[in-house]
Amino acid sequence: MTKENPRTSSHFQINEPLVFEQGAPGRHAFDLPELDVPAIPVTEILSPVLLRGDVAGMPELGEVDVVRHFTRLSTWNYHIDLGLYPLGSCTMKYNPKINELVARLEGFSTAHPYMPAELSQGALEVQKMLETALAEISGMDAVTLQPAAGAHGELTGILMIRAYHESKGRPRRTVLVPDSAHGTNPASVTISGYEVQNIPSTTHGTVDIARLREIVNDDVAAIMVTNPNTLGIFESDIAEVCEIMHAKGALVYMDGANLNAMMGITRPGDFGIDVLHINLHKTFTTPHGGGGPGSGPVAVKKILEPFLPTPVIALKNGGGYLFDFDRPQSIGKMKAFNGQFGMHVRALCYILANGPDGLKEVSETAVLNANYIRTKLTDAYELPYDSPTLHEVVFSDKLQAQFGVHVGDIGKRLMDYGFHPPTVSFPLIVSGAIMIEPTETESRQELDAFVLAMLSIAKEAEANPELVKSAPHTTRINRVNEAAAARKPVLRWTRE
Amino acid sequence: MRYLPSSEADRKGMLEAIGIESVEQLFAGIPESLRLRRPLDIPHGLTEPELIRFFRGAAGRNATDFTSFLGAGVYRHHIPVVIDALISRSEFYTAYTPYQAEIAQGTLQAIFEFQTYITQLTGLDVANASLYDGSTGLGEAILMAHRITKRNKVLIARSVHPEYRAVVATYARTLGIEIQLIAFTESGRMDAAAIGKAMDETIAAVVVQSPNFFGTIEENAEIASIAHKHGALSIVNVCEAMSLGILKPPQDADIVVGEGQSLGIPMNFGGPHLGFLATRETFVRQMPGRLVGMGEDQQGRRAFVLTLSTREQHIRREKATSNICTNQSLCALMCAIYLATMGPKGLRQIAEQNIQKTHYAVQQIRARTKHSILFSGPRFNEFVILLKEDYASRAPRFMRSHIIPGLHIARFYPELGNSLLVCVTETTSRDQIDALIKGLE
Amino acid sequence: MNPEGLLYSKDHEWIGITGDTGTVGITLHAQEALGDVVYIELPGVGDKFEARKSFGSVESVKAVSELLMPMTGEVIEVNLTIKDKPESLNSDPYGKGWLIRIRIANPAETAALLSAQAYENYIASEA
Repeated sequence: MTKENPRTSSHFQINEPLVFEQGAPGRHAFDLPELDVPAIPVTEILSPVLLRGDVAGMPELGEVDVVRHFTRLSTWNYHIDLGLYPLGSCTMKYNPKINELVARLEGFSTAHPYMPAELSQGALEVQKMLETALAEISGMDAVTLQPAAGAHGELTGILMIRAYHESKGRPRRTVLVPDSAHGTNPASVTISGYEVQNIPSTTHGTVDIARLREIVNDDVAAIMVTNPNTLGIFESDIAEVCEIMHAKGALVYMDGANLNAMMGITRPGDFGIDVLHINLHKTFTTPHGGGGPGSGPVAVKKILEPFLPTPVIALKNGGGYLFDFDRPQSIGKMKAFNGQFGMHVRALCYILANGPDGLKEVSETAVLNANYIRTKLTDAYELPYDSPTLHEVVFSDKLQAQFGVHVGDIGKRLMDYGFHPPTVSFPLIVSGAIMIEPTETESRQELDAFVLAMLSIAKEAEANPELVKSAPHTTRINRVNEAAAARKPVLRWTRE
Repeated sequence: MRYLPSSEADRKGMLEAIGIESVEQLFAGIPESLRLRRPLDIPHGLTEPELIRFFRGAAGRNATDFTSFLGAGVYRHHIPVVIDALISRSEFYTAYTPYQAEIAQGTLQAIFEFQTYITQLTGLDVANASLYDGSTGLGEAILMAHRITKRNKVLIARSVHPEYRAVVATYARTLGIEIQLIAFTESGRMDAAAIGKAMDETIAAVVVQSPNFFGTIEENAEIASIAHKHGALSIVNVCEAMSLGILKPPQDADIVVGEGQSLGIPMNFGGPHLGFLATRETFVRQMPGRLVGMGEDQQGRRAFVLTLSTREQHIRREKATSNICTNQSLCALMCAIYLATMGPKGLRQIAEQNIQKTHYAVQQIRARTKHSILFSGPRFNEFVILLKEDYASRAPRFMRSHIIPGLHIARFYPELGNSLLVCVTETTSRDQIDALIKGLE
Repeated sequence: MNPEGLLYSKDHEWIGITGDTGTVGITLHAQEALGDVVYIELPGVGDKFEARKSFGSVESVKAVSELLMPMTGEVIEVNLTIKDKPESLNSDPYGKGWLIRIRIANPAETAALLSAQAYENYIASEA
């Protein structure tokens, strides 16, 4: 680790010390009101054997120290307000500022989840409205807002499927997962006690229906599909997939990550899906926050409604909402309290800002933008599947790989053009995959700039591959030696 | 629609470039039988002033003028204004997961600092970049103990938060992990002897919460020693992370897991909050969740990067330590800013006020009311009152005075009958405590 | 390239046989495909595995690979130094990068393994 004099260059290049390397004894950033009860020393209230000294290693900082430290850190982040994130499968769209305002309203932010229901009607209304809207958008019958993120929603959905099968006599043994699936899918299957059974894709990138017919039997509990799939292709046989599964008494789970492609156009419930999760931090633009928090509501058909997590929000006789805990077939609780309420407020605000016309336009524009990019890049990058795509498109690095330039390098070189890389190396069925999803909130100018950058890099890969392979050149740091970081992990600061 | 930046002319140009006449053609691959040919039945779009009015109205139907003595896993503490100012920077809140280290050093360094703070508070070697919350964190900790010991049974103190135990039951059931509850004693504390009786070589872990659901501080040293003698792990769950600012961190625990909401995060009607998990170095590869490591770039500059990713779902898939992908990153940042703002002395001072005000409330209840305080064990900022009469007869009076005197816990512990779990923090004024006492007289 | 005196499996492991014991490692091709190795998980002495079953795993930054037994056997020795220096797997896969030594249960299983030349042909055909 190098210790440098931090002020030999502009703030962008400063090696900002860790917060633990800053501050000085006696500095403080917060004044607590004076104690208004008798000041009995804590050592007379609690035995000293229960107490610790001051937490070792925590720095003492003034308010200006704190503000400058984190402000400087923030300047090193790419973010949506700076430019496009062409990340396939992530739906990194603009986060409206009004969502932030309404989420911070005092009645919401200071609400305790154990307040009596009659004092929490505002929060319960917000949740009920969101549930209703999500059910309508997805074409389903009931919604739980309890899961904290998409993966958590997947676990919730599969546990409900399990409870359903158990109510019919036996849980069954396996869940079918396409080889193109997001990694959370098989991970969720394992944690719910089922075995993963991989199902291959056809050369068109869709679920192999013939193969599906062969392997579905009454040992299969469910299939997990993503539609459109992770290649951006709409599984036009989806209704048939659902029929095949239902004929054997199995259920269909849909990963709702790609809902942005279809709002107001088609609905999972209408093509036979029994349960799906929705990523509020994708389609419904709750902010990504550097990795979270998200929210993963789960929508179900009537047959799974009895198994929803406890409690559900119910309407009282005479009006008003309450939490109903009397749910004998529920799978139980997935998380304490009521889910990521702060994200529910934001998502509802987004839905209400758009209305039915707005949401349809969102999906239409998302699909238009992605196809525009597809058209513009189709000569420079290899398109492994030529089926029509919706809101995202997957290229591969095949044409560039012949010059030794791989997908990771292309992504890194994009940083020099002022963009965040697209999703790389996913889905696994495409070697050297580059997955691009611009979303609807990008203007033509931003899309054109991205296209120009990608075309330029394609040329560089041929004419000057070293430039691409050693990128990025203009960021705060360049490539991290990840192997060294993983061999001897340093996961916290310690005083030397 | 104002979030869609392209004009009609832009769209027309793009359609031409693609070679089609209308966007409708892009959806040709969707069978007609699956097309929705009616507008979605949701409220029509509202303008900004209408949205503000609507949400103000809804927020106004959530009471904000009640004095609340609610705790039970969600705590009201002062939240320094700098936190919101800093996390409202779009560089932080609109940033993606920091997979591309070169353009995410802000998030990565801040989370590295968060990880470090958690190790300092808990006294353990390594902490992850956050989990959803304390309850799912406890679920993950138990799965972790199951992976490490390859055993299928867990002992859990009944004084662990009931909702946490409910979540654990959901996680454990399908993996065939058996939960055995151990009763708490009259003092409110766990009895190491009772745990010793139930302990054997089939137990993966023993779980205790400190301060527990009743606010009582547990002694973990002997419990951990019993666990270790039998090759089991000691897991301590912490719902009130503020307590770590002054109380000795759980002694000899292998995993300390819990809820960081007390450290700078609003109550938000139950979420988003902040799960943390800390453990010994030897278990690092069994940890769920993301980890930020420190390393160097090609020029030898210090750099932070997500590391040990082979534990996670995007690489290990069905063999991952957890299915978690999105975590509570922004909340972890809020916690790091909170701890940076408070410093060790500020944190201690706040924790002290919690203890002192709680002590005052307990003394006043004993001196001036006929109700009794259950559980004699040492406490941090919560305690249980056993009411001399039916809670239902008291409740209307408190509602009229705009006081929520605490949580009626019969729903979780029916044998405790007319008991209220009361929480007093540094934000509770003496006047408010006195008003509570008056209401109890 | 690939040493003559060893036998190779289609799972890209090698085995060097002396009497009824064998030394096992991964091939040059395998470590190239993995990239920089950061972590190795190995079994304990006394563990028994059948041919083609997993006896451990090797990790690079972005990938995990199972280690598959070239032949059925019991582990009699484990390379302890390699856990601290996983780089040896990349720099010296046939020497310092050895992983385990086994007592071979069924010598006839060598029939399923490839000579150095056959292995080289196999890699070429897979490309």
